[in-house]
Amino acid sequence: MIQVMILATLTAAVAQGTPLLLTALGEIMTQRSGVLNLGLEGMMLMGAASSFMVLVNTNSLFLAVVAGAVCSGLLALVHGFLSITCRVHQIICGLALNMFAGGLSGYLGKDYNGIPAPKVLPSFRIPLLADIPYVGEIFFYQNGLVYLSYGLVIGLTYLIFHTQIGLKLRACGENPAAAYSMGISVNRTRYIYVVMGGMLAGIGGSFLILSTVPSWVENMTGGRGWIALAIVTCAMWKPAAAMAAAYVFGGVEALGYQLQAVSVNVSPVLLKMLPYLATILVLAAVSIGNQDKGAAGPEAMTTPFIPEDN
Amino acid sequence: MSTQATVEMKGICKEFPSTLANDQVDFTAYAGEIHALLGENGAGKSTLMNILTGVLEQDKGEIWIRKKRVFMKSPKDALSLGIGMIYQHFKLVKPFTVAENIVLGMENVRVLNKRALEAQVRELSQEYKIDLNPFSFIWQLSIGEQQRVEILKVLYRRADILILDEPTAVLTPEEVKELFQTLRSMAKKGGTIIFITHKMHEVMEFADRITVLRDGRLIGTMKREETSEQELARLMVGREISTGRRNRENTVKSQEQLRVKDLTVLNDKRVKAVDGLSFQLFAGEILGVAGVSGNGQKELMEALAGLRPRAGGQIFMGGQDISRASPRERMDQGMAFIPEDRYGFALVPSMTVMENASLKCYRDSRFNRGGVLDYRGLEQQAREFIKEFEIKVGGPKSLVQSMSGGNAQKLILARETAREPSVILASYPVRGLDIKATESIHQILVKEKARGAGVLLISEDLDEIFQLSDRVAVMYEGKLMGILPIGQVTLDQIGMAMAGAARLGGEDDG
Repeated sequence: MIQVMILATLTAAVAQGTPLLLTALGEIMTQRSGVLNLGLEGMMLMGAASSFMVLVNTNSLFLAVVAGAVCSGLLALVHGFLSITCRVHQIICGLALNMFAGGLSGYLGKDYNGIPAPKVLPSFRIPLLADIPYVGEIFFYQNGLVYLSYGLVIGLTYLIFHTQIGLKLRACGENPAAAYSMGISVNRTRYIYVVMGGMLAGIGGSFLILSTVPSWVENMTGGRGWIALAIVTCAMWKPAAAMAAAYVFGGVEALGYQLQAVSVNVSPVLLKMLPYLATILVLAAVSIGNQDKGAAGPEAMTTPFIPEDN
Repeated sequence: MSTQATVEMKGICKEFPSTLANDQVDFTAYAGEIHALLGENGAGKSTLMNILTGVLEQDKGEIWIRKKRVFMKSPKDALSLGIGMIYQHFKLVKPFTVAENIVLGMENVRVLNKRALEAQVRELSQEYKIDLNPFSFIWQLSIGEQQRVEILKVLYRRADILILDEPTAVLTPEEVKELFQTLRSMAKKGGTIIFITHKMHEVMEFADRITVLRDGRLIGTMKREETSEQELARLMVGREISTGRRNRENTVKSQEQLRVKDLTVLNDKRVKAVDGLSFQLFAGEILGVAGVSGNGQKELMEALAGLRPRAGGQIFMGGQDISRASPRERMDQGMAFIPEDRYGFALVPSMTVMENASLKCYRDSRFNRGGVLDYRGLEQQAREFIKEFEIKVGGPKSLVQSMSGGNAQKLILARETAREPSVILASYPVRGLDIKATESIHQILVKEKARGAGVLLISEDLDEIFQLSDRVAVMYEGKLMGILPIGQVTLDQIGMAMAGAARLGGEDDG
């Protein structure tokens, strides 16, 4: 019984952690290129709302995910335009986009309130891998977007740390003047990664509505965008570490549900608070642990780049 | 030396909103030579070289590279023509390794293969005898090593026209020699080396030919054998300038103004930056402390000024223990501080000259009546500062951010010396200033010394140390490597001490 429960919790941890992971992976790229996008919560919401509307109208899961990616990508493009081209303060800009996206998704989704999703992302077994005891159950009996996130973690790790593309990406975030002097178009690079980051946050939102909470309610992301943001810092801007962090947060969330299911006598409101409490604790621990190394992230993050000055 | 002209710039004009930076400048450099581009700040050297490297575009004039007319839109174009620039402020990505910095932006290196990169970098560094570990991180390297990475970067791109902007400003004498050995070997292989400078002795030591610019105009190009330091200084400034000693009165040790005993100070990383240091500073002397910056100079000065806590030791001023005194108490005792960061620390750039001039005297009963400031009096004071110190600025109500470095420094000195201090702590007082401004600042310091102040001068410029000091000390890894009177010390001795190889001798201070 206990074993079944632990297994169920861990499986749920991966499922709950994946939308956080997808969003955090996108933000890792965005921040590594030198832009802070605080609008993750809004991008996830836009992704969820647009996915849901497309799903209800076309009944296609694939189109739903694409819609989520595209809409959030467009929203990120706005962030890029404001923060890269217009050099608006990135914190203000990100916060404003959050509120904008919250309102817009609420408005667009008002006719869809409370409708259950016609279908959800199906879980399927990966042959052979799913047969590994425990591990197979936890990691290889999931839906397609979870598998996509595995691919992204491996792919991004390789891209960021082992290729010229990754070198350029990191250079833009660490020392844009140096990157520029080596012939790299800093602002174009930043645009690309801001939009890609937004698209991943959108897919994170799609995941939420197509699997975790399959019904549209206003502000249904419930702060997950902010947790994804915390994951980026906890993971020191590394995809593999982000994966671990996302599953920890997903696990805390899953644990809350499990405890409710076995009717432990704790207020569900308190249980819902768990992931956020975990966020604060982990952030504090990581900051203290990395005090000497300086957990500040890419040096030029939030600093606009003006080629003429260099 | 070959006579093939690799760089020809003809009739270059470049105008900025407020100045004509280049006015009909001609410049020619040959393969196989080291060519010095000499001039004051604002003479147009950097503008000319920025045009040659594609950073700026000329308004008028032609550029010919290896007998072909070229048009460059960006540094990338210049690099593809084989023109590489070593900037004064290195353009390196600190958390990257040497190898990563070298291949950054190279389209033919798609995947970072550790072994292949190492082989390439090693081959290159052996060819030019530049010793570097490809996998060191930039933040682990000394300034001299970082400069070598910059040189490897352009060599890797097969550049054979190399432009260096003030390459020696941050190097020890030993590193300067090594740098020019490398450059000479590149020139022998047919490279064209151009370096921007305003240090005459470097020009005389290392250059084959010299081009002098003043106020955006070409003054002349000459061979090194056919000119002298005096002539170059005159051409550069437009009038006679003494390159010799500026502090002529000899001082007899008399009254002690400042005594430091076993002072230990930690840096921001909580590591010992000043390590059990002791010395005395007397009235009417300039004690010059040479040394590569980063050896604890900043922490020493901050601890003396009361801005950084001591980890141990004592500080006495006029015989009185001030180890625990606040910065304000030390000021009231007669201490003045010229910090190294002019705009970030000594001044508030977004405030006016008058307000900045008042930062030290606003509590004075002359200007402050029960908390209300006498603005008319403060304005009058600022006017006097401007007149007495010949500060070039619109007026007392101009903003400090519009002032040049030299004028900003004069304002700081005016403010700090107004109350006739007995101890003046001066950190790199002429860093980044040109000859004329340097001369004025030096005159002020010598005048203060003659009045009876003890001046502690921190500098990395050995010319400045020799021009001003009565006694010389060298700071290395938080310790003084001995103190000697100026007449008893040679440049070589100081160079050795700066590198930590030998003590100066003289007074032992621990």
